[in-house]
Amino acid sequence: MTTAFLKISNGETIERKKIPHLSFDQFRENALNIVKEGGKVVQYFAYEDGEALKLMAVLRNNDLLVAGCDAPKTYPSFTNTCEPFHLFEREIAEQFGIRPEGHPWLKMVRYHANCQGAPDVFGNDYNQDIPGNYNYYQVEGDEIHEVAVGPVHAGVIEPGHFRFNCIGERVLHLEIQLGYQHRGVENLLHKVTAKRLPILAESIAGDTTIGHSLCMAQAVESLTSVQPDIGAKIIRTIALELERLANHIGDLGALSGDVAFLPPANYFGRLRGDFLNLSLLVCGNRFGKGLVRPGGVRFDLADDVRATLGERLAELKPQVEHVLELLFGASTVRARFEDCGSVSNHAGEKLGLVGPAGRASGIAYDVRRCFPTEYYGQIQIPENAKPTGDVYARARVRYDEVLQSMNMIQSLIDAPIETQCVENGSFDLPPSAFVVSINEAWRGEVSHLVLTDEKGKILRYKVKDPSFHNWNGLAMSLRDTGISDFPLNNKSFNLSYCGYDL
Amino acid sequence: MIESVILWFLAILIAPFFSAVILKVKAFFGGKKGPPLLINYYTLIKLFKKGSVYSNSTTLVFKLGPIISLATAVTVLMFLPIAGYTPIFSFNGDVIFIMYIMGLGRFFTIAAAMDTASPFEGMGAAREAYFPIICEAAMFMILIFFYRLTGELQLASFFTGGNTLGLWNMAGAPLLFIVIAFFIILLTENSRVPVDDPATHLELTMIHEVMVLDHSGPDFGLIELGSFCKLFFYATIISRLILPFDFGVPAFGFALFVLGLFIVYLAIGVTESVIARYRMDKVPQFVLTSFALAFFAIIISLEFIK
Repeated sequence: MTTAFLKISNGETIERKKIPHLSFDQFRENALNIVKEGGKVVQYFAYEDGEALKLMAVLRNNDLLVAGCDAPKTYPSFTNTCEPFHLFEREIAEQFGIRPEGHPWLKMVRYHANCQGAPDVFGNDYNQDIPGNYNYYQVEGDEIHEVAVGPVHAGVIEPGHFRFNCIGERVLHLEIQLGYQHRGVENLLHKVTAKRLPILAESIAGDTTIGHSLCMAQAVESLTSVQPDIGAKIIRTIALELERLANHIGDLGALSGDVAFLPPANYFGRLRGDFLNLSLLVCGNRFGKGLVRPGGVRFDLADDVRATLGERLAELKPQVEHVLELLFGASTVRARFEDCGSVSNHAGEKLGLVGPAGRASGIAYDVRRCFPTEYYGQIQIPENAKPTGDVYARARVRYDEVLQSMNMIQSLIDAPIETQCVENGSFDLPPSAFVVSINEAWRGEVSHLVLTDEKGKILRYKVKDPSFHNWNGLAMSLRDTGISDFPLNNKSFNLSYCGYDL
Repeated sequence: MIESVILWFLAILIAPFFSAVILKVKAFFGGKKGPPLLINYYTLIKLFKKGSVYSNSTTLVFKLGPIISLATAVTVLMFLPIAGYTPIFSFNGDVIFIMYIMGLGRFFTIAAAMDTASPFEGMGAAREAYFPIICEAAMFMILIFFYRLTGELQLASFFTGGNTLGLWNMAGAPLLFIVIAFFIILLTENSRVPVDDPATHLELTMIHEVMVLDHSGPDFGLIELGSFCKLFFYATIISRLILPFDFGVPAFGFALFVLGLFIVYLAIGVTESVIARYRMDKVPQFVLTSFALAFFAIIISLEFIK
């Protein structure tokens, strides 16, 4: 099918004037057509270009597609007919005061006044900084009760408010209100000097340090026409896989702890630390901070480090396999995981789930295979899709990926890796350019999009964490599930609060 | 009489120690060192040194909860034949009295939880009220079984001196079922895995722990001590059931009793380590197993004792 959208590739710099600037009606029609035929939204946002307010969308089917248009004051909501736009429209309404008429759930995303000074779409008074200051959905009837959890939780986790409408132990509806960690990341990225950009990118979500800094580095490299050497690409690939390993293993341990099956919870807790220490070995930071910079990496992988990495990995691998067997072999654990919190493939597609949560619902999409960056083009990435969409499927995807990632790293460190280290430096961006970079971090598709103005200043820096797609998946998984299974489902998604709140 | 009082006192003193044995076993299975065996004493001392915080919305009921739950727990210990010795109090029908004294304790814990008007605690209270109902049915089955064997409804007549051994001689096979049924009741009544998870920090999945979330300091200490005593009560009975021998030498009797206690607490620790917690809606099936076993034991005993 022909479309007015322009085909681009991942991390490709385009002159802004080459991006189709459509009339709003044409934009709407094309965007809806693409997404209705199975396409997904990667980015959809508004930006200020001089005096004008414009919309831009990056969609994906088998290719990445981009187009823009002038933003109307209000417009008939896309979400009504095409669900994947849901949160993006709310975000635009919150950030720029553009009202999507007839949006089925027009509610603030992060609770902040828009930066335009336009009238607030939600009628909120932001004098008091309380994201949960909002009329939640209510269910009425006999035996209906409401449970409010958070924003302060019992564990050492981030803040978020969860409102359950239950009938007895059964959850009818879960409403999630985030925004307690809103720091204004996107606005900050517009203001800071180029040198600070990579450092900010690392801190968007601490557990996805490598994912976000890779997106930033690729975008900047593409804009400044710098090509990192092959060694740097391999090291970044290893770093991203180490991040995936540490987090997946931590998640599996937490899942085990939530069903009170303590041995794997303890072992995985220890193993997670061992994998974090592998990142420490590579770059001196357990979360990979300070490793990835535009142009390459700040630390090479000398032969002795490479050998140590290989030895430690060879030692850890049988242990991980053993504990995985312990966890997945226990019948009582399977009884808890199976049929718990199912998200159907249909619902998953409509919500636009990404990453392990999407793969658990049968959506095979994996950026590493579909839009490979770094060294992934040379690596076979299996599909890992599971049909059931329950906690078991989400755990099983992690099981597969843990084993695959270990093999991947082992094969990557077989040969010597040579790279020229780069330092944190300043750089000048080209004028009137556009780039979008996406990567498969451990939670799924991370995407950064940069637009520059005529002087080469950043006009819009749009960040999207995979959690942005997946939080509604968690809400969906709780439908008709016991409220006592919420923590288990929550762990099986393990989404980022700060990545969403920005 | 004096030795009964001393034993009662010792039982309260030593109950926290045995609960720490469970923690040690779980730590061992998890590849950890675990807390010291005296951890519960340290915790209790810490709690009793603290002050209590009361929410403005609570009433006297909230303050009564911990006191009554401890009082009932130590009261039932007065009726318990420890290591085969005669208890402080004993009368015909005391088993029924004991069951409902415990029920009274639970009632006040639930009332105190409801008094806070917290939705978590309400949920916990609903669960805490639900599962013991099934336990009660199983308990009555066990009582009927004992009544059939001995013709009495008195704890002392089942568990003092050589009486327990007599039960085994009379109906060994069905008594085996009773031991297992009683162990399931122990796990349920004392909020252990696979029914409840005493180690979790997740309010939404808790049963017992969530009800006492709002209690602090000495109040929480009383609740903890009460639950140690309650677990000790059940463990003592099983200990006596599995090692019923009576040598006539007090030292031997005590050694055997303590060994039995260790076996029971180890069994709890191992159970908690090797199985995951059941889903909330599967728990009633698990608890009903104890009822079925006790019921089955009675049917077998119908044949044995004519």
